[in-house]
Amino acid sequence: MTEVAIATKAPRLNRAARIWTMGVWFLPFGLFAVLFLFLPSIGLFVGSLTGGPHGLTLDNFGQLFQSQYLDAYKVSVELSAATAVIGAVVGVVLAWAMVGGGLPRFLRPFFLTFSGVASNFAGIPLAFAFTASLGPVGMVTLFLSHHLGLNLYQSGFSLFGFSGLVITYLYFQIPLMVLLMVPALDNMSRWGEAAMNLGASPWQFWWHIGLPILRLPLLGATLLLFGNSFGAYATAYALTSGMINLVPIVIGQELSGNVVFSPNLADALAVGMILIMITIFAIYLITNRNVVRWQR
Amino acid sequence: MKGSRGWSFIVAVVGFLYFIVPLIATAQFSIQEGPAKPFWAAYTSILTSPSFWASLRLSLFMALAAVVIGLVIIVPAAYWAFLRVPRMQAWVEFVSILPFVVPPIVLVLGLVHLYGNGYGPLSARPVMLMAAYGVVSLPYLYRSVDNGLRSMDVRALTEAALGLGSSWPRVMFQVVLPNLRTALLGGTFLVFALIMGEYAISSMLGFNTFGVYMLLTGQTRAHAAAALALISFALVWLLVGVMQAVNRGNVTIGGSR
Repeated sequence: MTEVAIATKAPRLNRAARIWTMGVWFLPFGLFAVLFLFLPSIGLFVGSLTGGPHGLTLDNFGQLFQSQYLDAYKVSVELSAATAVIGAVVGVVLAWAMVGGGLPRFLRPFFLTFSGVASNFAGIPLAFAFTASLGPVGMVTLFLSHHLGLNLYQSGFSLFGFSGLVITYLYFQIPLMVLLMVPALDNMSRWGEAAMNLGASPWQFWWHIGLPILRLPLLGATLLLFGNSFGAYATAYALTSGMINLVPIVIGQELSGNVVFSPNLADALAVGMILIMITIFAIYLITNRNVVRWQR
Repeated sequence: MKGSRGWSFIVAVVGFLYFIVPLIATAQFSIQEGPAKPFWAAYTSILTSPSFWASLRLSLFMALAAVVIGLVIIVPAAYWAFLRVPRMQAWVEFVSILPFVVPPIVLVLGLVHLYGNGYGPLSARPVMLMAAYGVVSLPYLYRSVDNGLRSMDVRALTEAALGLGSSWPRVMFQVVLPNLRTALLGGTFLVFALIMGEYAISSMLGFNTFGVYMLLTGQTRAHAAAALALISFALVWLLVGVMQAVNRGNVTIGGSR
């Protein structure tokens, strides 16, 4: 009898002990994620669906289709798309110039370190640096008007509008693209050598080998650049003094109480951002997984 | 691969100009405080300002807090998943990179709307700030912890230590953590670079962090702001430089945009 009891009890004790140890190791992580990541996000979803006079409502999302908020999404998406695409193209060209363009080897570590620094140099100081360069009395602006007779601000350019933001964002987008693509391009330069030795022209190499191999990593990196710019707040706020209609700026206005509108509407704006980011990230993960599978 | 060097040279020069000109312009602007003042006037006015040091201290402290919180929660979870529960690994990784889909301004909105009007420890603003910074640093710290665990023989070290009679805390503090040290340094410096310039979260929570101090300076003193931008660039260079020296080839996404 006692033996049977021990035999049936022991595994159960083991399981309890196992769950208890699991708890000790995973609880801090899980608790933190639930309290500060999941619950706040769920709170935003709940908030975006409530606030009306009778319980659940889609009114807040309906309001997103008002021209002001729709426009904020439009400008945010356009800004992110523009900086992602331009940043991706320029970044790849720069990275290829460094990897396969025959530049001196000693430049490479400097180039990579600088890319690491520049991709992290963002926000308020970046806005200052571009004001000092391309602002109304910036060094580049003055240089162009004194020496080349080109008055940027009379020809419609403003650092504090859409085109100015694109130029400024590229300062961290291009280096990020460089960092993301250099590993893939390093492999590519070996393929290139093989193709050239077999008599391929550069055009043939890129069309038949380079682009097909790089297609998915390029798409993935461009998506990361899009996400990188989509949530950006400080750079845009500092450059435009909060006067540009971007979704993060509008959310910031509600939070800082500068503009009176419903907190539930801000929740809906935020949920819209999360949904767009999840979409971008999901596409990235799917294409990225294919890349990994291909490399095996 | 052979190719004409001409185009790559031109590309490199144009790229170099785009990245160096804003720094030169900032440097030039920062030394033009006024005809009557020496060229270093903007720098002395900043370095002698108590609010500069106070904001720098606050940001450094918050960065340190974020790193400590991040490591305290990630290291045990990642270690145990790695050692005993491999099917949890994907989950720990998934949760750790989730902050990428929640932009900082959205995160702080969620925290303020959920806890802002309540009472108790979670509603204290410093707690919200540390928590938000902890969330923002999760992906970077996870990456470095994961790299560290992969680069050492976790199982053999753990079993050897346990076999020799170590307790679990001793395994963690005297075996696992010392072996993770180099890998963790990289993530730590990256998080410092990130949080030193952070603006969105701290301004919404009403803290005078380094980022907020920079913005306020820019509204009233343009030359001092340019000097600050250069100082901040030097800080990022220092932190990222150390990070890259310690931890080659870590790609970084996000930041204090």
